Amino acid sequence: MAEQGKGKKPAPGKRSGNQPKRPTASRAPERARPGATPAKAGRAKTPAFDVDSDLDKSGLAEFFAPVAGFGVTMSTLFRPVVTEQYPFEKAPTAPRYHGRHQLNRHPDGLEKCIGCELCAWACPADAIYVEAGNNTPEAQYSPGERYGKVYQINYLRCIFCGLCIEACPTRALTMTNDYELAGTTREKMIFEKDTLLAPLRSGMLAAPHPMVAGLSDGDYYRGDVSGPTTEQVAWVKERRPEDESLSAAGAAATRAAKGGKE
Amino acid sequence: MTATTNSSSSAVAPVEEITLTIDGLDVSVPKGTLVIRAAETVGIQIPRFCDHPLLKPAGACRQCLVDIATPDREGNLRPMPKPQASCTIEATPGMVVNTQHTSAVAEKAQRGQIEFLLVNHPLDCPVCDKGGECPLQNQAMSNGSATSRFVDIKRTFPKPIKISTQILLDRDRCILCQRCTRFSAEIAGDPFIDLQGRGGGAPGGHGHGLPAQQIGRFDEAILEYTPSGDQGPVESERTGDVVGPYGQAGVLSSVAGSIGGALEDTSGRPFASYFSGNTIQICPVGALTSAAYRFRSRPFDLVSTASIAEHDACGSAIRIDHRRGVVLRRLAGDDPAVNEEWITDKDRFAFAWQTSSDVLTAPLVRDEETGELVPTSWSEAIGLAADGLRRAGDGAGAAALPGGRLTLEDAYAWSKFTRTVLGTNDIDFRARVHSAEEADFLANRVAGSGLDVTFGDLERAPRVLLVGLEPEEEAGTVFLRLRKGMLAGRVQVTTIAPLATRGSTKLRAELVRTAPGEEPSVLDALAGVTGTPEHLADLRAALAEPGTVVLAGERLAGVPGALSALDRLVSAAGARFAWVPRRAGDRGAVEVGLLPGLLPGGRPTAEAEARVDVASVWGVSELPAAPGRDLTGILDAATAGEIDALVVGGIDLEDLPSPAQAEVALAAAGFVVQLEVRRSAVTQHADIVLPIAPTTHKSGTFLNWEGRPRPFGQVFTTSALTDARVLGMLADAVGVDLGTRTLEDIHRELAEFDGWEGPRTAAPAVEATPVPALDAGQVRLATWRLMLDSGRGQDGEPHLAGTAYRPVALLSPATAATLGLAEGDRVRVTGPDGDIVLPVLPTPMGDDVVWLPQHSPGSSVHRTLGATAGAAVRLTAVDAEVAR
Repeated sequence: MAEQGKGKKPAPGKRSGNQPKRPTASRAPERARPGATPAKAGRAKTPAFDVDSDLDKSGLAEFFAPVAGFGVTMSTLFRPVVTEQYPFEKAPTAPRYHGRHQLNRHPDGLEKCIGCELCAWACPADAIYVEAGNNTPEAQYSPGERYGKVYQINYLRCIFCGLCIEACPTRALTMTNDYELAGTTREKMIFEKDTLLAPLRSGMLAAPHPMVAGLSDGDYYRGDVSGPTTEQVAWVKERRPEDESLSAAGAAATRAAKGGKE
Repeated sequence: MTATTNSSSSAVAPVEEITLTIDGLDVSVPKGTLVIRAAETVGIQIPRFCDHPLLKPAGACRQCLVDIATPDREGNLRPMPKPQASCTIEATPGMVVNTQHTSAVAEKAQRGQIEFLLVNHPLDCPVCDKGGECPLQNQAMSNGSATSRFVDIKRTFPKPIKISTQILLDRDRCILCQRCTRFSAEIAGDPFIDLQGRGGGAPGGHGHGLPAQQIGRFDEAILEYTPSGDQGPVESERTGDVVGPYGQAGVLSSVAGSIGGALEDTSGRPFASYFSGNTIQICPVGALTSAAYRFRSRPFDLVSTASIAEHDACGSAIRIDHRRGVVLRRLAGDDPAVNEEWITDKDRFAFAWQTSSDVLTAPLVRDEETGELVPTSWSEAIGLAADGLRRAGDGAGAAALPGGRLTLEDAYAWSKFTRTVLGTNDIDFRARVHSAEEADFLANRVAGSGLDVTFGDLERAPRVLLVGLEPEEEAGTVFLRLRKGMLAGRVQVTTIAPLATRGSTKLRAELVRTAPGEEPSVLDALAGVTGTPEHLADLRAALAEPGTVVLAGERLAGVPGALSALDRLVSAAGARFAWVPRRAGDRGAVEVGLLPGLLPGGRPTAEAEARVDVASVWGVSELPAAPGRDLTGILDAATAGEIDALVVGGIDLEDLPSPAQAEVALAAAGFVVQLEVRRSAVTQHADIVLPIAPTTHKSGTFLNWEGRPRPFGQVFTTSALTDARVLGMLADAVGVDLGTRTLEDIHRELAEFDGWEGPRTAAPAVEATPVPALDAGQVRLATWRLMLDSGRGQDGEPHLAGTAYRPVALLSPATAATLGLAEGDRVRVTGPDGDIVLPVLPTPMGDDVVWLPQHSPGSSVHRTLGATAGAAVRLTAVDAEVAR
């Protein structure tokens, strides 16, 4: 790869740009490449893989043939290095690279996943397993009736085709650019909700907690929720006073409430 | 449906055929056929939602519009001015029908109708339970427009509405086809939901003061009804374990005021129905869902297996839907000869018992040192069991209690095992109140009688007499068939019972009010053995008419002389007779001889010829001739040490006439081998426990009460074994080849027992014991089991349990008044062993009778009272005691 292109990623265009040089510069290597000979051999009506096909070369060309290959080496010496120092320097992916999945949250911290299993159904590799649970007034994880209680993606099976993302009716499942998916055991390659679920951003309130009062699940999907309300914060404070997300969420809720008044 | 012929006799009169033209095809159908069904006969599918072949026509959804032209008097074809609903119009001679295939008008009408239906129908198919098996989805694809022109906000409602703990309603999805309300009113007779309100309503609720037309219970919020007469919407009460889309708890469908205790279910709602689950299945959209299945899976997830319901003796066809090795739901199968398309809620929802945590997976053996049951290998368990049985055979002998839930094949293996391996006739399948009289009656009337009275006969018989049978509680499908015949004006039901229950009221049954224990005298009076009192004279004459069917329940065994009197009545009236037990395996058990005096095929044990016959099929030199003991006899003998070993099948001690006595007997028995699916009260007394496959893990045949074989297939691949296989292994270990390795082996042997021509067991002639007089303050106990109660088959299904009747004690108003009890006050019913306290519901019935549910939460009659039906019990008012 490195001898062919200058860029880090060998684009098809680059490859064809090198080709005009080949007839002269890489004559000798071609001799060792049987795949390149048949066209010419066919024209000459000689059998393929004829090792004597270079006999019609001029004497000078034949003289330099053994070192002609170094031309490629020499020219490459002055090109930028394409080797990625991967574990030490991480190269950014394309923005829409299909990496590890993520289960997103609404701005108030409720999960977007409703446990409908359409992702599991869309999956051509049968890599996704979902088990839904009932939201109850005391333990509401997502807007609406159901949430994904168990969510597993088997990255030994996943082919990163993204059909699950297309299937998701709530945009709960998206793909990140994280490609570092390796593990030492098969068990570790089955990612569960603890790794798949998006971490709480600052100002989000950890589920479970009730929905924003007066809004329906439809309002959530339309993006009418911008963050936790003071009611939700109070609800969590009463039940889980030690919750770590409370202080930031409380501040955000108070700010939003003030902003609403102004 | 719309048949006008009065077919009081079962002879089928030839029906006039008429010919019409549908899409250019000539179609001949019987007169009275609806156009939509005439089209079906030639393969023309007209889209429909409200139409259902078993319900009356409604024309509610308007989806089946077709162009119709009929000839006038001169024979000129006159087209109707507008498209007509083909589900409500009868085919007439010469009619010309053009469906959507040939008429642009019909096609446009149907397309427009689908568009109308979809205006307010949410597009939540991806997450809807019905998506994938939804008539609306399918027909919107086949007969609708691909795109919607509707751009406004769809109408929404709070949801889900909890009609009962099990049935949930999403009003958004409802298209008002009224299949559910029509089923409830017509088929089940429990109109627990109905149409309310008028018009389309407005987005967000009460835009113009007229709430939309909706399905629901009596609902204050919808009808704007408040007890004080105030107008204005009332916020529905919300409850529980499910949240709606607005984040609140699900809406509890409300009701104004109390409507009487007996009609309440255990969750405090008005009692819905034992058949409410059918409304979910016939809903053409996903508006009705069950709490047990809602959002659990999708139709295309599921693998379906046809099966037979194991909860009662009707043998209803069901469909078991499962995925990843777990049963997710059960639906009614379609069997016109048995259950048509309906099943009871128990058959539909009670399946969690097969996967409950107490299911046995490995053989257990009691550790000699610790006395604990420890899991072990099959070979060790079978070896130890065989040793124990061999020791018992050398000693006082062994006996078998197989229980009444076996398949025909398993029951046959029990019968053969007991006779050839245990070498005894001590076997009795009846894990309930029983008598020797009953055994004789069953051997005489039921065993080997084949298929006689059928479900279809129940629908056509001019008169059906129920004795000791409450069909709605004990055999739901029988109830539905009787009700269908009654509504068609063909069947008159008469019931001999202590009170008119809700079920017999729905059958419009004639009640011969009979206190428990007095059945023999009433039956004898009807048979003309004793003088017939005036009020029974008409009934006696009616019973003598041809075609009368007598149905007897298993409870009659508890009344000495009742079955003898019934036998005399059936003979005297020349009526047809059927025995309707409660358990799925009861009829099969009688056929294969799981009774002390009975061998397979109705052969009496006492007949030497019969024993030789059976011995030759079984390949043994001789069979035990000594008469065997029945359940009580076996338990008594075990207590007295006359039996060394007991082999116990699937019996629940709570069903036995005396659970306490049974526990004593099991404890006293030297060696107990249990063959069970789940740990039970017997397990703690068992020395060896051998796990048996639940019905989903095996195939077999149930014989329903008709005597109709109901074979079912295996749902899951498993290594679990049937009774027949385990008994075969046990027999091998003892050194006998039972020959019950495969179902084919068993069927081959069973076929050899057909057609016994020899003498049969004589009909019982037990004298009725005079009903003992009651002391002051005593009343007689009437009791039977409700369909939904504390039975172990309903374990693990809280949503279903919430729809059961709230346990109450039924008293006559006079008795209640004497005790100073009003409705809802609590009464203490005291029996020999203990007392039961339940709320009172005054009901028209005899003054000297109290009725209790036999085995419901808080009312386990056999265990707590130590009494059975007919016993004298004492009543006291609980609140009066407190005052004192």
